[in-house]
Amino acid sequence: MDSYIQFERVSFSHGRRVILDQVDLVIPRGKITAIMGPSGTGKTTLLRLIGGQIRARSGRVMVNGLDMGRASRSELLAMRRRLGMLFQNGALFTDLTAGENVAFPLREHSRLPEDIIQRIIALKLQAVGLLSAADQMPAALSGGMSRRVALARALALDPELMLYDEPFTGQDPINLGVLLRLIASLNKALGLTSVLVSHDVTEALSIADQVFVINEGRVVGSGSPEDLLVQKAQSPFLQQFLDGVPDAVTGQSETEARNLAVALGLGVPTVPMAEQESVQ
Amino acid sequence: MSGWINSLLAFLALLGRWMLESTQHTGRMILFTGAVFLRLFPAWTRPRLIIQEVYAIGVLSLVIIVISGGFVGLVLGLQGYNILSKFNATESLGVMVSLSLVRELGPVVTALLFAGRAGSAMTAEIALMKTTEQLSAMEMMAVDPLRRVVAPRFWGALFAMPLLAALFSLVGILGGYLIGVVVLGVDPASYWGQIQQQMSPVDDVLNGVIKSLAFGFVIGLIAVFEGYDAEPTSLGISRATTRTVVLSSLTVLGLDFILTAWMFGT
Ligand SMILES: Nc1ncnc2c1ncn2[C@@H]1O[C@H](COP(=O)(O)OP(=O)(O)OP(=O)(O)O)[C@@H](O)[C@H]1O
Ligand SMILES: [Mg+2]
Repeated sequence: MDSYIQFERVSFSHGRRVILDQVDLVIPRGKITAIMGPSGTGKTTLLRLIGGQIRARSGRVMVNGLDMGRASRSELLAMRRRLGMLFQNGALFTDLTAGENVAFPLREHSRLPEDIIQRIIALKLQAVGLLSAADQMPAALSGGMSRRVALARALALDPELMLYDEPFTGQDPINLGVLLRLIASLNKALGLTSVLVSHDVTEALSIADQVFVINEGRVVGSGSPEDLLVQKAQSPFLQQFLDGVPDAVTGQSETEARNLAVALGLGVPTVPMAEQESVQ
Repeated sequence: MSGWINSLLAFLALLGRWMLESTQHTGRMILFTGAVFLRLFPAWTRPRLIIQEVYAIGVLSLVIIVISGGFVGLVLGLQGYNILSKFNATESLGVMVSLSLVRELGPVVTALLFAGRAGSAMTAEIALMKTTEQLSAMEMMAVDPLRRVVAPRFWGALFAMPLLAALFSLVGILGGYLIGVVVLGVDPASYWGQIQQQMSPVDDVLNGVIKSLAFGFVIGLIAVFEGYDAEPTSLGISRATTRTVVLSSLTVLGLDFILTAWMFGT
């Protein structure tokens, strides 16, 4: 299998805190690879390593044959021109309209005439279902809308590698469907290599060809979605993460729930103190 | 006894940390300055971006500069008339007002106002772009934020400063005219005539322009650096803007002394 990105024993830390610990990953060309894991395990960090914004402390990150730790400035720039990244919060340019945000990479990297640029803007915004928002400023867009405009912007230059950081957060069911179809069809029709960071398990598993689950800086599960379901049987963590329901909650009684709420400082116990003692 | 030693040690530790931090800050600033300078001329491949910044920065400070210039001119006219009338030299009011403005008050007061208005705004803007990952996004799009965002703003400050200082002096001279000639009855012909005769285009005007360019340079540099270096939090942004105003005001005043000594201190 032809790989686009390889992580070879990659470690990364912020100060003394180890974020990624000897991670090995192979991300195949032309496929959708989902990276999943709990909040704060270093998924965004991983994408930044791929984009060359930060360098690994040890190990090697290879992107399309380029060693990101050794790449020169110009190699890095050339690599980034073929890359589209959707940031977790959108990261739209707040002083430009939605349309101009999409036009930004085109104006920076191409000498296309204005009418073509306008056509591309319309096309890309239409693909994310936001053609009507072209003249809005980012401040006037909702979080989910911003992220979709940012997706249109990331696609403006027709990248060959797309990095999606949590594209599904804050999307309603209809737009979620639009996004899932868009990501999948970009992949099928254009042969894009996609890296999809998400903790929306159902959505990610439904379109991913391959999945890596990361926890506490290590890969704790990998393979096709079907493989993962098999691995789940052996790993309590995977089970909890993929099924999303800690088993403690499923069998929780009403009293247990109430006690938990009280312990969290929520609500006042409805039962008088003395009575509650006798209940316990 | 030991309490005394402990507080001394705590003080020394604090002093040490402060010195380390300011050394690091200075070091980062020097590296940043080098990186920005490498991009100053490449930024001219997109002159429109620079013109936009001059315009934006100029418009931001226009009102405050005109109003302050007017008041400073009025005060200079009043004070000057009072002093000069003791020597029966009120016909020199024009030249006194205009020399004070062009040589000194124009560049310095403009620079102080400029730092507070446009400088802090530039810092906040860049720091916010950093906090909201806009600079990061640019980097990922293979667009160099130093060249696309920082360099044009620096040029903008450099060009806007002399223009604003000239405007300040001009309005100030008109203010002096209003008080001196219109209100207090100085001869208008001698107000303008003395200015024409006594002001030297090189010694006075050019030196004033050099001063305002120098101030634009340091304010621009400090403002973009503090924005770029800001900690990406709301507290970080507010600290950075404060630092821009304090640091550039102090630098402007110090630099003004050095430049004045060099230009006029024979
Ligand atoms: N600048 C920084 N300094 C110190 N620690 C950091 C910094 N940036 C991130 N971290 C830490 O690195 C860890 C990984 O961050 P990262 O953003 O990669 O998490 P994530 O997996 O993307 O989480 P989420 O799903 O919430 O987005 C976090 O625990 C965070 O606390
Ligand atoms: Mg993240």
